[in-house]
Amino acid sequence: MTVTINSAVKATVYIAFIFSTSAANAQAPALADAAGSYRIASSSSIRFSVGQVGGGGGIAGRFAKFSGGFRIDGGNIERSSVEFTLYPESVRASERRVEDFLRSSAVFDAANFQTVTFRSTRVRQTGPATATIEGALTARGKTRKERFAVTLIDWNRRSISFTIRGSIRRSPYGMDVGTPIYSNVVEFDMRIIGQRR
Amino acid sequence: MLRNSETRFGLVTIVLHWTIGLLILGLLLLGFIMRRTGIDPALQFALYQWHKSFGFAALGLALIRAIWWLVERTPSPPASVSPLERKAARLTHDTLIVLAIVVPFAGWAVASASTLNIPSFFFNMIVIPHLPLARSETSENFWTFAHALLAYVTLALVAIHAAAALFHHFKRGDEVLTRMLRPGVRPVGAGSGGTSARKRDDAAVERK
Ligand code: HEM
Ligand code: HEM
Repeated sequence: MTVTINSAVKATVYIAFIFSTSAANAQAPALADAAGSYRIASSSSIRFSVGQVGGGGGIAGRFAKFSGGFRIDGGNIERSSVEFTLYPESVRASERRVEDFLRSSAVFDAANFQTVTFRSTRVRQTGPATATIEGALTARGKTRKERFAVTLIDWNRRSISFTIRGSIRRSPYGMDVGTPIYSNVVEFDMRIIGQRR
Repeated sequence: MLRNSETRFGLVTIVLHWTIGLLILGLLLLGFIMRRTGIDPALQFALYQWHKSFGFAALGLALIRAIWWLVERTPSPPASVSPLERKAARLTHDTLIVLAIVVPFAGWAVASASTLNIPSFFFNMIVIPHLPLARSETSENFWTFAHALLAYVTLALVAIHAAAALFHHFKRGDEVLTRMLRPGVRPVGAGSGGTSARKRDDAAVERK
């Protein structure tokens, strides 16, 4: 009996807490509350697509293997940082021929460049739950400044999830094979789940 | 000059013949090279796209040629050509006219049935739609085989055809080859052979 009363009280207190925080933060979850250090979980997904002339289809794929982490600075969001690594060898696409082509010297050249990396250099908050991240993207031995748009989706005490979107021009990395049949722009659509360290 | 006469080919027939002939030989070579493994994948992709663009150009010209061939008279063969040879030549020419259309159509079917669904962007200018074929591995493999087989049959026939032309020119000394090199209204003397053999289509065009 005492146990039930006790948990009922706890639940009420907890619900009241949720109401008060969500009222304070308006609708969207606020980045500052999620301060901490995270590891990118393997349940995340890193997808990309490349449009083709005349519309329809195009190339769509994802990376099965990746790693990385990020730190959200509670005091100053702009001092947060991200770094991630993709392994092009793990690229998945509609069929084997496409995967082999993506791994080949024509695109990622996975035999000579095992990773694609991103290291943020600047984070700018653009709304209560959105930010842009600028950083150095390295692929095929070439490093360039790129920008991604981040939207906070959800978080709890142990994990946090974002969508990260970016349009990357591939020609500067020496990956312009197939243009103009296939767009020069690769659309990245990532769903990143961070596990608090 | 443009039209065929009773005994001579006109400029239209001649230009179409050599343009299509060169395209087909080039496409055979390109098709053969691009299919070999060990070729740089980026180069291979580009070669495939060139092959499709030139293939469509060949198809367009072959269709024009077929129509032209149906509406225009065919000059009767030189007197030196025997009835059997006439039959063989006629059969070869008819088959070549059909193959020049069927081979690129089969290639178009490969691109259309392929699960890769790569658009045919004609010389990076306009997208040529796929044929309405179901995309599947089986269908793609079938058309790849059909396209390759028909292409190499064409090559074999062209070899016989060209050998016959050279035989007529050098052994028989008749005007079978020369009349496909220069348009004209009146028969050229039998002695005019020899030197013009190497000039081929350039000669035909330059001499108006
Ligand atoms: C007269 C015109 C053409 C000729 C003589 C020709 C000839 C060839 C040859 C010799 C091959 C290599 C076959 C092999 O060794 O496996 C080939 C492959 C191919 N051709 Fe053509 N071709 C022509 C037109 C076209 C057209 C119009 C298209 C497409 C729009 C096309 C698409 C292809 C494709 C996709 C392959 C590769 C098949 C594969 O790798 O699966 N071709 N062609
Ligand atoms: C590359 C070597 C070739 C040579 C040396 C050659 C030579 C010739 C010659 C000399 C003629 C005229 C025959 C006559 O006087 O009656 C002819 C006609 C013809 N050739 Fe070729 N040819 C070649 C390639 C091709 C190719 C690749 C094709 C088509 C796929 C082709 C299709 C034809 C056709 C259809 C005719 C009959 C023209 C008509 O009656 O209007 N030839 N060729």
